[in-house]
Amino acid sequence: MQSTESFFENIRNDFPILKRTVRDNKPLVYLDNASTTQKPTQVIDAIVDYYRNHNANIHRAVYALAEESTEAYESARDKIANFVNIKNRQELIFVRGTTEAINLVAYAWGRSHINKDDIIVTTEYEHHSNIVPWQLLTQEKRAKLEYIGMDDDGQLILDDLDKYLATGKVKLVTFSLMSNVLGTITDAEKIIAKCKAAGVPTLIDGAQAVPHMKVDLETLGCDFFAFSGHKMLAPTGIGVLWVRKSVLETMNPFHGGGDMIREVHKYETTWNDLPYKFEAGTPNIADVIGFGAAVDYLTKIGMDNVRQHEIELTKYAIEKFSKIKGLQIYGTKDISKRGGVISFNFADVHPHDVAQIIDEEGISLRSGHHCAQVLMERLNVAATSRASFYIYNTKQDIDALIDSLNTVAKVFKL
Amino acid sequence: MSNADIYHEMIVDYSRNPINYGEIENHDVTFHDSNPLCGDSIDIDMKIDDQKVTDIKFHGKGCAICMACSSVLTEITKGKSLEDVRKIEKNDILSELGLEHLQAVRIKCALLSLKVLKSALYTYIAKNMSDLEGMDKLKDEAASLY
Repeated sequence: MQSTESFFENIRNDFPILKRTVRDNKPLVYLDNASTTQKPTQVIDAIVDYYRNHNANIHRAVYALAEESTEAYESARDKIANFVNIKNRQELIFVRGTTEAINLVAYAWGRSHINKDDIIVTTEYEHHSNIVPWQLLTQEKRAKLEYIGMDDDGQLILDDLDKYLATGKVKLVTFSLMSNVLGTITDAEKIIAKCKAAGVPTLIDGAQAVPHMKVDLETLGCDFFAFSGHKMLAPTGIGVLWVRKSVLETMNPFHGGGDMIREVHKYETTWNDLPYKFEAGTPNIADVIGFGAAVDYLTKIGMDNVRQHEIELTKYAIEKFSKIKGLQIYGTKDISKRGGVISFNFADVHPHDVAQIIDEEGISLRSGHHCAQVLMERLNVAATSRASFYIYNTKQDIDALIDSLNTVAKVFKL
Repeated sequence: MSNADIYHEMIVDYSRNPINYGEIENHDVTFHDSNPLCGDSIDIDMKIDDQKVTDIKFHGKGCAICMACSSVLTEITKGKSLEDVRKIEKNDILSELGLEHLQAVRIKCALLSLKVLKSALYTYIAKNMSDLEGMDKLKDEAASLY
């Protein structure tokens, strides 16, 4: 391999969008990767090729196109399973994204496994998609939702988990493997060990972690795992729910319809095999194939290299940020415990104003509550600015961000 | 107009030193609303005597645009009859601050306080009058601002 820096510099050539300019002819500096990532030519071409040359519905017809289409769809399933080390492809269900995956679990597993006074435990740094489905479920079942608190360094307080597990009423513990606001990498090993000892199943929201580091589901040992394609170079509208087979077999279908059945009679139906029982209707075939191409692309780079690249960028950014007067970074400064997501506030300037002013310089920075209002409340802020990195970002991108913050300082007379 | 030009002196000053910021203890009506996407959050309290807004204050959290517009709105409203307050339109606020061409994504920051004001007025009228026709119109107006 070439030197890491020039290797990652070359990667930029694979992303057509990075060649465009924005606003007043400014080069695009895209720093909102925790929200969604850009797509390489290889992924765009895979989708176009599917529609131009192979489009047909899957799992049904016997003609050539249908065979090609089915083969492409199912081989993407194998690639993605392999990418996160899922041993049994029957456990990998395609969904729209992490949000749908968690809702599927809340509906198809939760409704038959959660009862009055049971406890579901989540954490203070979850995305709304790992809070609201559990509020809906616990309200319906008159069960309870409890939170593992977070300390000032952005780490979970696992004593809280012990306290809830000791009640014997916990039926599910659900947490994000990486916070989308603070970048904190959760100590999943410890949480799962505690839950296993108490016989409690665990769900992991892997939306932020899978795109940025090697994740091995076999080693992790959780029971449910969800992630999204679009945060890892794949198209929007496609994601994965993995459920351990012994658990999956206890679950009712989520949606009824085509492809999920074995036999339909007037008043009763038998279900198709796993995973098809949970994939009702014509799925998002083209984007599954695009997801497969994205996984090929990341596999070629190597997830350890992706992680290393982001560690370098994050370290560089934190060092530079620390020198700016009035700039407050949230979360830990220990790089080994965080991913490439940096939330900050700049003096008394509202994050929306920061984002709008630096947008003039071509910089795409996220501002707001990042779908984590419970965390905003914990941090006692209305909003933060957030920079999040990916494989195509460079130290120059971070320099451009720092320069643009000088404009903010000027406008607001800091 | 470049988007950054909206951050002129007046907006920045209002955001640092908002006018009519605070609470009215013995208000006749109060209303709260927020923008779900950005988390901006505004409360407006009003004192109303003889069908006139004799005092108005706002408080909450928001960006510079939101704070500046709330300041201007409360300045415009103070002393007006309820009938005239009902007639306040979004351009009355936007033009005062040179924000007529504000991009769609920020318009909700600028108009949140007007939405709260219209809703507060609706609440007050609902409590005190039987003018049902006017009430429905106000409610619709508040709901369809942006």
